[in-house]
Amino acid sequence: MRRDWPFWAGAAATVALAAAVGLSGANEYFFYASFVVLQFVVLATAWNILGGYAGYVNFGTAAFFGIGAYTAVVLFKAAGAPLAVQILAAAAISGLLGFGTGLLTLRLRGIFFSIATVAVIFIMETAMVNWRYVGGATGVQLLRPPVMEPFESYTRMLFVVMAILAVIAVSIARYIEVSWIGRGLRAIRDSEEAAECFGVPTLQLKLFACTVSGALMGAAGAAMPMYMSFIEPPSSFSLTYSVSALAMPMIGGTSHWLGPVIGAILLGSVQQIVTVTISNEINVLVVGVLLVVFVVAAPDGILGLLKRLKWLLRSSR
Amino acid sequence: MKIGKWLAVAFGLLFSAAALAQQPIKIGIGIAQTGTLGGGGKAALLALQMWVEDVNAKGGLLGRKVELLAYDDQSNPATTPGIYTKLLDVDKVDLLIAPYGTVPTAPIMPLVKQRGLLLMGNFSFQVNHTVKHDMWFNNAPWGDATSWTEGFLQVGQKIGAKTIAFIAADQEFAQNLANGAKEIAKRSGLKTVYEQNYPPTTVDFSSMIRAIRAAKPDMVFVCSYPNDSVAIVRAVNEIGVGPTVKLFGGGMVGLQFTPVMESLGSSLNGIVNYNSYVPGIKYPGIEDFLQRYAKKAVEAKVDPLGFYLPPFNYAIGQILEQAITTTKSLDQKVLARFLHSHEINTIVGPISWGPDGERAKPAVPMIQFRNVADKNVEQFRQAGKQVILHPPQFKSGDPVVPYEKARGGN
Amino acid sequence: MAFSFELLLEAILFGVLLGCFYAAVSIGLSVSFGLLDVPHVAHPAIMVLGSYCTYLLNRYGLDPIVAGIALMPLFFILGVAIYRFYYETFEKRGSEAGVRGLAFFFGLAFIIEVGLILVFGVDQRMVEAAYIGRSLALGEFRIPWRMVVAFGVALVLTAALTIYLSRTFTGRAIKAVAQDEPALRLMGANPVRIKQWAFGIATGVTALAGAMLIVVGPVEPSLDRVYIGRTFAVVVLAGLGSMTGTLAAGLILGISESIVLMQFGASWAPAVAFGLLLVVLGIRPQGLFGR
Repeated sequence: MRRDWPFWAGAAATVALAAAVGLSGANEYFFYASFVVLQFVVLATAWNILGGYAGYVNFGTAAFFGIGAYTAVVLFKAAGAPLAVQILAAAAISGLLGFGTGLLTLRLRGIFFSIATVAVIFIMETAMVNWRYVGGATGVQLLRPPVMEPFESYTRMLFVVMAILAVIAVSIARYIEVSWIGRGLRAIRDSEEAAECFGVPTLQLKLFACTVSGALMGAAGAAMPMYMSFIEPPSSFSLTYSVSALAMPMIGGTSHWLGPVIGAILLGSVQQIVTVTISNEINVLVVGVLLVVFVVAAPDGILGLLKRLKWLLRSSR
Repeated sequence: MKIGKWLAVAFGLLFSAAALAQQPIKIGIGIAQTGTLGGGGKAALLALQMWVEDVNAKGGLLGRKVELLAYDDQSNPATTPGIYTKLLDVDKVDLLIAPYGTVPTAPIMPLVKQRGLLLMGNFSFQVNHTVKHDMWFNNAPWGDATSWTEGFLQVGQKIGAKTIAFIAADQEFAQNLANGAKEIAKRSGLKTVYEQNYPPTTVDFSSMIRAIRAAKPDMVFVCSYPNDSVAIVRAVNEIGVGPTVKLFGGGMVGLQFTPVMESLGSSLNGIVNYNSYVPGIKYPGIEDFLQRYAKKAVEAKVDPLGFYLPPFNYAIGQILEQAITTTKSLDQKVLARFLHSHEINTIVGPISWGPDGERAKPAVPMIQFRNVADKNVEQFRQAGKQVILHPPQFKSGDPVVPYEKARGGN
Repeated sequence: MAFSFELLLEAILFGVLLGCFYAAVSIGLSVSFGLLDVPHVAHPAIMVLGSYCTYLLNRYGLDPIVAGIALMPLFFILGVAIYRFYYETFEKRGSEAGVRGLAFFFGLAFIIEVGLILVFGVDQRMVEAAYIGRSLALGEFRIPWRMVVAFGVALVLTAALTIYLSRTFTGRAIKAVAQDEPALRLMGANPVRIKQWAFGIATGVTALAGAMLIVVGPVEPSLDRVYIGRTFAVVVLAGLGSMTGTLAAGLILGISESIVLMQFGASWAPAVAFGLLLVVLGIRPQGLFGR
C-alpha cells in the first residue's frame, strides 16, 4: 500500500516526540494534564470504532474504562504486575466485557442499545462497590513502584506510555476504517437491513467492533490507578467519561480516524486549561455545550467543516 | 574591569536575595467548602485565614509574609490528587496542609509519601495506617480506635449494655473507625447483633433503622459523614429505633457543625456522640480565640460558634509557626524531625505525636445532647446542651437512658 | 423467623409506596418516549430541575406539592420549546439524525446537571413540610408520611393522565399519532402540534414528579444519573405507551428494590433497576403490556 508510509512516518514521529518531551525539563504539571488528553485520544478513537463507523451510540464508555482500571488494580495488588501486563490484561477483560455487552444488546435498535450500555456502567460499578478486595466504595490507596530509568518521574513515564497507546489505538482504527471491516460497518450504519440483504455478516462485524472498542477503552483505563495513586468506584465509572468519549468524535468528525484525534486534543486541552484556571464544573459544561452545538449545527464535526471550507474555496476560484 | 564584574555579580546576588526574601511563603490546601463536609470546611478555612492574618501582623515567618492558597475539593476524594498536584507544580507552594477529613485526604497520602513532603493532618482518622508516611502530623484529639470508642463503650457497659449494632458508611473514615470499634467491642465481651455497611450516597435509612429495631441491640454505634448523619437522625426520629436501645451514636461526623445542629434542633436530643471541644472544657487561650472568631464568622456568614474545627485549624497554624521559627528552615525533613521530637503548645492544649503521626496523648470528649430546642444557635454556648460523659477529666454528667426516652420520642 | 417475616412485610409495604412513586416519575417518559418515540435521556435531569425549582419555592414557604403543581404550566412551555427544537433539528431529517438526537439529549442532560451545580453547588437540598419527618403508626409498622403523600399524589397523577389519554379528544389524538401518524395526517390533524402538546404535558407532569422527588428525600444535581435506569426500566418493562403498564412496572421495580435493600443492603439497590432493564431488554423487549 503506497499511501501507507505517510501514516507510519507520522506515527513514529509522534512516539519519538513524546519520548523526547518526556525526557525534557518541561513542567511536571504539563505531563499530568497531557496524560488526560492522550487518554481521551484513546477513548475517543475507541468509541468511534463502534459509534462513528457503525452508528451504534455507546453510552457505556465508563464501564469499559472502569473495569480496565480495576483489572489493573487487582493485578497490581495480587502480583505486583508491571504496567505493561496491567494494560494487556485490562484490554483483555474489557474486550471480553465488550463482547458480552455486544451479545446482549446489539440486537436492540438505537436508543435501547444506548440505554442498555448505561445499565452496564451501573451494574459494573455496583459490582466493584461490593468487592472488598478492591476497596469497595472506600477505594484503595496505591503506592507506585519506583520509576525506571531514564524517566525522572512516574507521571512522565505514564505520559509516554499513553502516547504510545494513542498511536496504537489510532493505527487500529485506521486499519479497521480502510479494510473490508470498515466497509461493512459503514454499510451497517447506512442501512442495516440492506447490508444484511447483501450478505454482510452484520452481527459478527458489530461484535468485533464492540470487542475492539471495549478493549481499547480498558487499556486506557489501566493506567489511571497508577496515575492517581488511588481508585474508587464513583470517579472510575463516572458518566463524564461517557459524555466526553462521545462528544470528542462528534466534534472532530466521526467518519475518519483523524476526527476523534482532533476532537480529543482540542476538547481535552480546553478542559485541562479550564480546570486549572477556572473550575472543574465549567469543564463538564464546556463538553455538554460543545456537544449540543456541534450536534445541532455541524453534524459532521470539524472535519466536515474543513471539507466544506475546502469545497467553498475551490468553487469560488 | 575585573572589579566591575565582581561588583555586578555582588549586586545581582544581593538583588535576588532581596527579591527572594520578599516572596511570600505559600501554604497550600484543598479544603471542602461544598459537599457533605462543606459545613465544617468553611469554618476551618476561616480559622486558618485568621492565623495567617495574625502571623503577618507580627511580621511574617522568617521575615516573609505568609500566603494561603485554598481550593474547594467539594468533599470529593477524586478531586484532591489533581488539586494537590496543581498546588505543587503550578502554584509551587512551600508547605501543604491536608484536606479536612479522612475521605478527601486518603488519595493524596501516596503522593506526599512518594514526593517526601510534610503534610499537616486536618481531622482525619487513621488515614496514615496503610501508607505509613513518617512526615504526617494530625491535629485531631484522637489517636487510634480505642481512644475514640472507649468512651462510648465504657459508658454503655457501666449501665449494663451487653449487645451492640454497627452501621458504617463504606468510606475510609467510617470503615477505619468501625473496624477498630468492632475489634474493641469483641474484646470487651459485647455481642454484635447487627452490622451493616452502606454506600456513602445512601439517603434513605428507613430500611436499616427497621432492621436495627428488629435486632433489639443495647447500643448502636454509627460511623457516618454529615449528609448520612443528618439522614440517620431524621430517620430515627421519623420511625423510632425501639425501646431496648440505651446509647445511639458514637462516630457521627457533622453533628458538631453549627448549621447542622441548628437545623436538626430537638431531633438531636439523646444522641451520644464524639466532639473535639464543647463549652466547659478549659483549653488555654481558646475562649479568647472563639470571641475573635465569632466576630469574623458573622462577617463571613459562616458558622458563628466555631467549636469543632476552627480552634484545631488555628492550632495547625501555630504548630507550623513554632516549627518554622525554631528551626529557621522551610526544609520539609528538618520540620518533620522537629515535630517528631517536640511538644507544641497551642490554643487546644499541648500537642505531641507518636511515630505514626497521630496524637501521643488522645482525649476525645463523648457527649450527650440534652434539652436542645429547635432553631436556636446561641443555646449551644451554654454548658449543659452537650453533657460530657467521658473522659473523666472533662466529665459533667451521666447519660440519660434509654435513648427513646432521652429523645422524647414516639 | 418471626422478625424476618415482619421485616419482609414492611419491605413490601414500603416497596408499594416506592413503586407508585417510581411509576409517577416515569409516566412523563412513558408519554415522551413510549408514545412519541423521542429519545428523551434528559427526562430525569428535567425532573431534578423541577426538584430544585420546588426547593426554591419552598424557601418562600410554599408547600412542595403545591409548588410542584404551580410549576406545571411553566414546565409545559419548556416541554413544547424543547420538542419544537428537537423536531426542527433532528426528527425532520430522518433516522440518521435520530442518532444525533440521542446525543443532543445526552448533552442537554449534562448541561442541566452542571448548570444546577454551578447555581446550587453539590450540597444536598431538602424541603420542609408538615408531613416530612413524621410517620404513620400501624401497629408495629411505621410508615413515613412523606412516602404516603408521594404515593397519593402518584396515584392521582397516573389516574388523571390515563383518563386524559383515553377519554378526551386531544388525549385520544395523542394516542392516535403514536399509533399511526400518516393516517392522522390524512384525517386533517397536524401531528406535529399534537406531539408538541403531548411533550409539553409530559414535561409538565415531570415538574410534579420533581416535587415528589424532593419530598421523598434530599436531592443533589447528579441524582438524575441513577434515575435514568429507574425511569427507563419502568417504561420498558411496562411496554411502550401503556399508562397502566407504567403503574404495574413501577410497583414491580419498587417492591424488588425494597426487598433487595432489606436482604442484601443498600450497596446493591442501584443495580436492581438497571439489572431489571437489561433482563427485560434481553428477554421481552416489548414489555408487559407493549404493542
